[in-house]
Amino acid sequence: MSERSERSGDVLVEVRDLKVHFPIKRGVLFDRTVGHVKAVDGVDLSIARGRTYGLVGESGCGKSTLGRALLQLTPPTAGQVAFDGVELTTLAPNKLRAMRRRMQMIFQDPMSSLDPRQNVESILTEGLQAHGIGGDRNGRRKIIAETLDQVGLPRWALSRYPHEFSGGQRQRIGIARALVLGPELIVADEPVSALDVSIQAQVVNLLDELQDNLGLTYLVIAHDLAVVRHISDTVGVMYLGALVEEAPSDRLYTEPLHPYTRALMSAVPVPDPDVEDRRERILIHGDLPSPANPPSGCRFHTRCPWAQPTRCADERPQLREIGGSRVACHWAEQIASGELRPHKVSVEITRPPGEGEEPSVVSAPTEPGSFV
Amino acid sequence: MALLDVEDLSVTFARRGQRTVRAVDGVSFSVNAGEVVGLVGESGCGKSVTSLAIMGLLPKQPGLQVSGKAVFDGTDLLQIDDRSRRDIRGRDVAMIFQDPLSSLNPVVPIGLQVTEVLTRHRGMRGEAAAKEAAQLLDRVGIPDPKRRLKEYPHQLSGGMRQRALIAMAVACQPRLLIADEPTTALDVTIQAQILELLKDLVQDSGTALVMITHDLGVVAGMCDTINVLYGGRVVETARRRPLFRQPRHPYTVGLLGSVPRLDAGRGERLNPIPGSVRDLLPWPDGCAFAPRCDRRVDACIGEPPELVLTHDGRSYRCVNPAPLPGLTPGDEVRTAVPGPATPGSVPAQAVPDEPPAVPGLAAAPSEEETP
Ligand SMILES: Nc1ncnc2c1ncn2[C@@H]1O[C@H](COP(=O)(O)OP(=O)(O)OP(=O)(O)O)[C@@H](O)[C@H]1O
Ligand SMILES: Nc1ncnc2c1ncn2[C@@H]1O[C@H](COP(=O)(O)OP(=O)(O)OP(=O)(O)O)[C@@H](O)[C@H]1O
Ligand code: SF4
Ligand code: SF4
Ligand SMILES: [Mg+2]
Ligand SMILES: [Mg+2]
Repeated sequence: MSERSERSGDVLVEVRDLKVHFPIKRGVLFDRTVGHVKAVDGVDLSIARGRTYGLVGESGCGKSTLGRALLQLTPPTAGQVAFDGVELTTLAPNKLRAMRRRMQMIFQDPMSSLDPRQNVESILTEGLQAHGIGGDRNGRRKIIAETLDQVGLPRWALSRYPHEFSGGQRQRIGIARALVLGPELIVADEPVSALDVSIQAQVVNLLDELQDNLGLTYLVIAHDLAVVRHISDTVGVMYLGALVEEAPSDRLYTEPLHPYTRALMSAVPVPDPDVEDRRERILIHGDLPSPANPPSGCRFHTRCPWAQPTRCADERPQLREIGGSRVACHWAEQIASGELRPHKVSVEITRPPGEGEEPSVVSAPTEPGSFV
Repeated sequence: MALLDVEDLSVTFARRGQRTVRAVDGVSFSVNAGEVVGLVGESGCGKSVTSLAIMGLLPKQPGLQVSGKAVFDGTDLLQIDDRSRRDIRGRDVAMIFQDPLSSLNPVVPIGLQVTEVLTRHRGMRGEAAAKEAAQLLDRVGIPDPKRRLKEYPHQLSGGMRQRALIAMAVACQPRLLIADEPTTALDVTIQAQILELLKDLVQDSGTALVMITHDLGVVAGMCDTINVLYGGRVVETARRRPLFRQPRHPYTVGLLGSVPRLDAGRGERLNPIPGSVRDLLPWPDGCAFAPRCDRRVDACIGEPPELVLTHDGRSYRCVNPAPLPGLTPGDEVRTAVPGPATPGSVPAQAVPDEPPAVPGLAAAPSEEETP
């Protein structure tokens, strides 16, 4: 811990007002843009070198898009991303390619991100060759051997194919593929959510160890708050494409300020009956509204148990500093002090994407309701 | 007598040219009326196969063998014909799955699917059925239920679909509800809504609930009794508080040590269980958990560990369980039941994934080569 705090202060990644809007196309012959999915809609954050920034939020809130846009894997619609002082959004393609070596990504499902036809050696060599690292074959082998040791894979793994490994080992291969290039930043998108419970801890510990040994900087994206709290120094909570709260990980848990954070924290089950019986759940009702048509004002106002008749529906709250946290809520102080009390919220229906088209070619089960 | 008594349930899949896979291997547990019983374990340990076998929903494929008993209110569900089973299913016993979309008919409006259940099991028709259906949707928290009745499953969000499925499952006030990972595909905030809903339903109607999940947090908040599964067997059974306070089976201890807790601080190292679920010993050769167990002793290998029943009403399948403070090991033992295993079979989890069928892929190394 002390080692961690010494390395503070130095910012590696600086994101300013980042936006990623995906066009919604309709029409058969001429694609017409009928609107935009505002997957990421104005995010500011900075990640300190050697630290872990955790990003949480419901499915579809834009976490992965933010991670990809940060790495320029998805072109941002607007905004800036500075990596170690270099602005990435305007960087020439060849310069960007060279930068890529320093920023790598780990994916959720190691199986789908690994080519089943490549053995582990060729998976690991590929990146080295592309970036011209390691010189000759022997040099590359040395780097690969070191990396295998770092991620705890045996040497014989090199000649094997991804399907021969268990989920946890595959994730180690994914991590090794990122590590061989000697990156400084790793964006890990749901690195453990596809893994078995008993294996998750191995990968979480591995990520922790690698950070301690190599001074890596992480952006960890996950929907599991317990995992994120465990490995992050700072946690950002996203809702519909924007950050609603950002705080040191311990503080976010002990003193969540934004109503959404409070609800989120109270919803996470804790494997302890005593805690479970004592805790008070703040249930938020309904589903995440569509990012194509986000609510006006505070985007959480349609589900917020504290929403007020003034400001909430028509003024978008900006992140403001409150006692060490950054919070985007007009009423955070009054809610924290208990001056404002939660109330009932009526549910609004949210349509899944693609709604409206009739189901046409579907293989239906023979008997309706035969499953229950 | 318990409402549901599962006794020595085994399910094997035999495929030509391959070793017989024993997905469920002598599983026994019981559920009392109004009780919430958890089946917890990692992927592939046999949770779903157990519940599908009880419901008679396993795909009828050659090589499938189901043995043992599942006595529901005096009737062995494994012995009755398909017709009577369909009658019981839906009326007395209902099931909810992880993926609601696959258990809802995509081309039939939600309303019709709910009324269909009402017609089949409660003889309700027309207006009355429609009214009851709307009430059910309302009860599970679907807004504007009358309008929703006309909609198709794909027009609803995942959480709403799961609610619709729950509405169908509780339409006939079943006495037993089996929920297989009902919230795994959902966000935590939606999960909290659904769990709350299930808790209310159970409390209001006295329905017994079998909760299948890999999430220890979910069982901690919901279940009265918990069965922990590993390699197709129940390795520990206990009431909720004793299980979490003093887990006895090393696997349970390991699981609890390896999940990060929301209320634990940053950077505390987790204690993972070494190896993977694939590293298991076939039960006939000893304790399946032995390759990963830090309490392993010589007696763990050779034959399957007996099921130990203790004086405080717990049970575990282990020869060297985590000790209880202030108690001489062995003192708490009431009796031990041998748990014979059929030689030649392997737990399903030990089988590696099939190589992907990719054109041009060189022949994958054969199984013997795999360490
Ligand atoms: N390439 C794309 N084209 C159009 N829309 C997209 C694209 N990628 C993502 N979206 C939309 O952007 C929104 C945010 O998606 P994103 O994948 O970033 O969410 P997420 O927070 O990572 O969710 P999850 O937890 O499910 O991974 C979603 O509504 C999604 O449908
Ligand atoms: N039809 C089948 N044929 C062959 N093997 C099967 C079949 N169905 C299930 N199995 C095997 O039985 C084992 C147990 O499967 P089951 O679905 O019960 O696991 P589970 O505990 O529900 O896991 P999860 O948490 O992933 O849902 C698995 O290893 C699976 O591969
Ligand atoms: S600004 Fe209003 S609606 Fe938004 S979180 Fe705060 S109280 Fe709720
Ligand atoms: S029987 Fe032996 S190997 Fe199995 S869990 Fe108990 S101590 Fe560990
Ligand atoms: Mg994502
Ligand atoms: Mg299952």
